[in-house]
Amino acid sequence: MTTYFSEEHEWITVEDGVGTVGITDYAQNALGDIVFVELPEVGNSYDKGDEIAVVESVKAASEIYTPVSGDVTAINDALEDEPALVNSLAQSDGWFYQVKLSDTDELDDLMDESGYKEFVAGLE
Amino acid sequence: MARVCVLKVLALEKYMSADNSNLLKTPLYNLHEELGGKMVPFAGYLMPVQYPLGVMGEHKHTRAAAGLFDVSHMGQVVICGPDADHWIESLVPGNIIDLKENHIRYSMFTNERGGIMDDLMITKRQDDLFLVVNAACKAADIAHMRAHLPDGFTLTELNDRALVALQGPKAAAVLARFAQNSDIRADEMDFMTYAEVTICGADCYISRSGYTGEDGHEISIPAHKAEDVCRALLAEDEVEAIGLGARDSLRLEAGLCLYGHDLTEETTPVEAALLWSIGKRRRAEGGFPGDKIILDQIIHKNYAQKRVGILPDGRAPAREGTEILNKDGAQIGTITSGGFGPTFGGPVAMGYVKTEYATPETEVFLSVRGKSLPAHVAKTPFVPQRYYRKNA
Repeated sequence: MTTYFSEEHEWITVEDGVGTVGITDYAQNALGDIVFVELPEVGNSYDKGDEIAVVESVKAASEIYTPVSGDVTAINDALEDEPALVNSLAQSDGWFYQVKLSDTDELDDLMDESGYKEFVAGLE
Repeated sequence: MARVCVLKVLALEKYMSADNSNLLKTPLYNLHEELGGKMVPFAGYLMPVQYPLGVMGEHKHTRAAAGLFDVSHMGQVVICGPDADHWIESLVPGNIIDLKENHIRYSMFTNERGGIMDDLMITKRQDDLFLVVNAACKAADIAHMRAHLPDGFTLTELNDRALVALQGPKAAAVLARFAQNSDIRADEMDFMTYAEVTICGADCYISRSGYTGEDGHEISIPAHKAEDVCRALLAEDEVEAIGLGARDSLRLEAGLCLYGHDLTEETTPVEAALLWSIGKRRRAEGGFPGDKIILDQIIHKNYAQKRVGILPDGRAPAREGTEILNKDGAQIGTITSGGFGPTFGGPVAMGYVKTEYATPETEVFLSVRGKSLPAHVAKTPFVPQRYYRKNA
């Protein structure tokens, strides 16, 4: 299963047309201790680039914009009680939401893992 | 847009200056860099917002053991002149005349409208007054004092001294290992008292005070010895370096005001719930800027707004600027400081509400990202203060 990455530090894996989205390890590390995640409602529909979630660290709130368009099919309820999962397991158990992709071509605009690594290296 | 927001977190953007080259460095700048501090612009200085331990870890460490904070950006000022305590009462509402030697009082400079120009600590020393004022206000404070300074008085800004705070339940015991003075034990000083001691060969001023709600001291150190003293303190097992991020969450949990946010020129000490800082004699006599307005508020309780603690019922933090609503959706106030309290274990905030809503337990709502989230007015501090009081 391929993982795609955005320049806004989200990751997405896609299986049977459904993407699972979270923020990258780089992003969680930069944001610091995460204390609250506001997730979208299941059933809501979003266009690529829409604000879909909010991550609050000890110091500040950061908006998350969805890297793909589609309907939200599931959210990670575990983050309600344990937002720190985003810090400890950003790219697995710390996922945010699942979305039924309305346009899989949008994935072409994203990076693969090596591309993202290169992108992050360029930021430092 | 996590990327932009990452920058936001690291830069505390509201204090960000457009041109970093004009930013000042404290005598501890090199040590911060060596310790891995993330340096951000704050009140004209490059200051560490956090170290590798992170805001949450630094906050919890301070409440559990001891944290060392660089607060050298704050202004240290000495006023010398005959009856300087009488004179400074013309600028602040605190009772300074009756303050004992080597004791400290929290007060504020007020303007003619009764608004707060800055909050500060005033220590009465044998021959003078030693003031500690906020970094962002120090130039204005000094100009204000100079404009009122009588002939024969001197005002000296101690630019050659660093200021650090060692805070936490183990802080006083750590400092006592270093502070040398035949008469003084740092861990036996009463809360809000002052002493002069030698630490690592440096002549230091220590105050049993701080701004975290914990026991501890603030330590004024000659600039050229500041790094030595801090390295010695940091070498103790109990001590970690703590950045401005945790300083902010610690003071917020302790219910302490941040100037420019919870206190402004538009808020009076009465509205700011700082009436306790105005002594009985000052309430009777006045004699400070804005006294008519402030005394009238004390007597007639006719002020429109009051600072209160606010606890969101849910998990979402309410940040500064969040509108506070009543159950009908009408705005009744604004959050002035808000975030997550690591020791409290949930979101905490303070703000101003119309006085009729200021009673603890009053139900209010917070307008966060278009949603109306339930919250209630709460007493502060949100975590118990643990100051050292000899006779308590």
